[in-house]
Amino acid sequence: MTTPVLTIRDLSVEIRADGASFNAVDGLSFAIPRGRTVAVVGESGSGKSVTAQAILRILPKVARITGGSILFDDPADEKPAIDIARLEESSEAMRQLRGGRMAMIFQEPMTSLSPLHTVGNQVKEALKLHADADDKEATEQALDVFQRVGFPDPKRALVTYPFELSGGLRQRAMIAMALITRPALLVADEPTTALDVTTQAQILDLIHELQADMGMSVLLITHDLGVVANMADDVVVMYRGRMMEAGSREDIFRRPQHPYLKALMRAVPRFAMQPGERLTPLREVKSKAVLAAAHRPVQSAPARRDVLRVESISKCFLLRSGWFKGASREVRAVNDVSLSVGAGTTLGLVGESGCGKTTVSKMISRALKPDHGRVLFDDGSGPSDVHELSGEALTRYRRAVQFVFQDPFSSLNPRMTVYEILTEPLRIHGIGTSDERFERAKELLDMVGLDRRSLRRYPHSFSGGQRQRLGIARALALEPQVLLCDEPVSALDVSVQAQVLNLLKDLQGALGLSYLFVSHNLAVVDYIADTIAVMCRGYIVEQAPAAELFRNPVHPYTKALLAAVPDPDLDRPLDFAKLRTGRFSEPAAWPEPFRLAGQDVGSMGELSPGHLVRMTSSGSMEKAA
Amino acid sequence: MIRYLLRRFVTMLVTLLIISALVFLIIKLPPGDFLTNQIAELRSQGEAASVAKAEFLIKQYGLDRPVWEQYLVWIGLWPGPSGFSGILQGDWGWSFEFDRPVSEVVGDALWLTILINLVVVVFVHVVAIPIAIYSATRQYSVGDYIATFIGYIGLATPSFLLALILLYYTNRWFGISIGGLYDSRFAGQPWSWEKVQSLLGHLIVPTLVIGLGGTAAMIRRMRANLLDELGKQYFVTARAKGMPPPRALLKYPFRMSLNPFMADIGNLLPHLISGSVLVSLVLSLPTVGPLLLQALKSQDQFLAGFILMFVAMLTVIGMLISDLLLAWLDPRIRLSGR
Repeated sequence: MTTPVLTIRDLSVEIRADGASFNAVDGLSFAIPRGRTVAVVGESGSGKSVTAQAILRILPKVARITGGSILFDDPADEKPAIDIARLEESSEAMRQLRGGRMAMIFQEPMTSLSPLHTVGNQVKEALKLHADADDKEATEQALDVFQRVGFPDPKRALVTYPFELSGGLRQRAMIAMALITRPALLVADEPTTALDVTTQAQILDLIHELQADMGMSVLLITHDLGVVANMADDVVVMYRGRMMEAGSREDIFRRPQHPYLKALMRAVPRFAMQPGERLTPLREVKSKAVLAAAHRPVQSAPARRDVLRVESISKCFLLRSGWFKGASREVRAVNDVSLSVGAGTTLGLVGESGCGKTTVSKMISRALKPDHGRVLFDDGSGPSDVHELSGEALTRYRRAVQFVFQDPFSSLNPRMTVYEILTEPLRIHGIGTSDERFERAKELLDMVGLDRRSLRRYPHSFSGGQRQRLGIARALALEPQVLLCDEPVSALDVSVQAQVLNLLKDLQGALGLSYLFVSHNLAVVDYIADTIAVMCRGYIVEQAPAAELFRNPVHPYTKALLAAVPDPDLDRPLDFAKLRTGRFSEPAAWPEPFRLAGQDVGSMGELSPGHLVRMTSSGSMEKAA
Repeated sequence: MIRYLLRRFVTMLVTLLIISALVFLIIKLPPGDFLTNQIAELRSQGEAASVAKAEFLIKQYGLDRPVWEQYLVWIGLWPGPSGFSGILQGDWGWSFEFDRPVSEVVGDALWLTILINLVVVVFVHVVAIPIAIYSATRQYSVGDYIATFIGYIGLATPSFLLALILLYYTNRWFGISIGGLYDSRFAGQPWSWEKVQSLLGHLIVPTLVIGLGGTAAMIRRMRANLLDELGKQYFVTARAKGMPPPRALLKYPFRMSLNPFMADIGNLLPHLISGSVLVSLVLSLPTVGPLLLQALKSQDQFLAGFILMFVAMLTVIGMLISDLLLAWLDPRIRLSGR
């Protein structure tokens, strides 16, 4: 057997901050064999990214390697292995390895490329640094590598700036930059986390393919067990800087040993879950007793009623284009969207970035006015048009509909204490005396399972999951009937994600809330929603009860979306071949009877009760089913 | 691009026209003008001949006409006593106080002002940028603290005070007078090699004095900008590529951090002129700053008006330059929305 490309032995990395220091990586050992993929899995703060940075010696200033070795044995030469941990960070030898023999791609394709230089310039630079290539050679090789990573027009890519590219193409450019020097080891730090599912599947496929082509080893760092199940040969599970478990993919997924790993697996929403099955978060939140005691708002209206009904709303935006030109362009963000949210139920709205789902939620909350159509709200006293409301009725509506935001870090004011954050809605609406507000704040903390003593603390002293629970508590302060949740768990770790999802479920049961749950993650939506609407390019393409949608998806876009989600289940691998064709989100490329071209916006046809799908005006039910 | 430039030129002209109207209006706002004040003085002394001459001048320059007409004559859109002859035609008017044409009074001062300010701008950038890069890349090191400390002193020292101190000590220690922009014996002489040498020697101290505050401010801002950019992901990418750190720094974060300074060029020129008036007075520099002050005090309307228009012109041109530089430097501005 050949020696591994990379062997890490007993590696420790120390981080010093504010006078204190701790080991971000603590005695870590593993090896990456030639031509194979090793995945490092863990929650944020587990030390997986620090490990990657240590391998390339690009640790931040506060961190340093305190022990152990990182042996790099280049398969391309006969020389003995080099101990990277002993090299000077910016020495010539280290710089030759970094970017030359081992390359890295990062999570954020948005920010990882310089906005001021063309993609071609940045990719060629990688080659010029390591190979003795003049500009002509570099250009040729860059064209070649652009071709391989799937740029539709490699020549154009040379002179394109990153901000002119989509997220998927940017990540492809990053990969091109990493691979142009034909490295022996590729370190991929969450390479697909910021991408849409269909794009993610394509990028994963690309990495797979290039790896087989070039025979390189891959170190894949991710928190997504689904990605691991589809990509890795071997898996290392990390927690707080230590290795919890390591083994082959088969061992890890079929015979997990360590309780932490088992717990992690139980915390991830999967498609194959039983109806009514509950996720088990790593750390359970104690709020059930409180919720059971919480008073349900009195429901005077009949049980089956739609709290929110959206009737074929549309919205166009004008894009001003060009600094030197005066022309502007019209973008149809939302097209003829109709939805309804039943009292006490959850409607999941799924779609990839830019499909218009956030615009819909903004129109519901009256932050934007639709060009056509209306939004109806019914609190039991009959439906009324939200955009016609004024005065007293508008204030009531504002109280009844609250928002839970995506980013728990920027949605809480860092200069306000928890008490101020939770009581601000009450103060704005002039509810209660200060004593009553204080009581209410404590009650809210109980509901979301946070300690009552947190009232005087500031948001920065809470973790991401705790902050998101604070966000939910704030949304609940006014006893709303509807929560608009815009990607509420996409910024959270899997373990914490389960916590927040369960909390939302429990709150719904206890308080009779209705949710509009916007997300790009189908598994999450499947777990929480009763009805799911799939959105693409401003259209609702399919809408059905959750179980029905997953059992019998009809629309080609829904099918692609479902096929692209990596499931942490070895028996349900991604079908890369099927996803390779691309162009799922191009209405004009959908097969008949779903094809939408030109002015035809199609219409929703009902396949079975509650299962709607959009097709051309001339299309028939039989063809679709 | 050409369409954009044309549009910019038209807006620049309109802007200058509006500014000229405002300038003239403001100069005319206080009651009276240089000549009427002078006439009043002469009358009280009973010098009839002089009064007659002053009254002739009033006729000559149309000071007895309505303000709007005077304005139009001044910029050259209305026929004056000697036909169309205003700023547009290159006739900058008459300075009553110096009793000479404005072009003669201003003369060398104009381009000396531009020269001294350009030298200061170059000095500020050449000194501030390396120090800021050093400071930012070695944050919280001894060198950073020293640079920061000197920066604060630079910010807190009034420049005219520094000018006075330097004036005194250079005279005491080296026995030379650093006042003026060239040795007094060259005054009124035609330009010669010796005169240029003298000019260069005399430029050093004013550059230091005028540039100090700007340098200190620029070090602080550049350091903050760079620190921001150094933490960005694309710089990590550059390091992960194996770029030598200094090269990576100059190619990526440094270029990003230049943007706000490019945007500032438009403001820089007028600021330097008005900011250096006191220093120019103290060091008796023949720049337009002190001239402007004097002209405003004595209501020497054509002289003041011309200098103000000159500053406005510099500003507008500076703005154009900074916009073009930004577009050239940052493709996001150049191409956004394409």
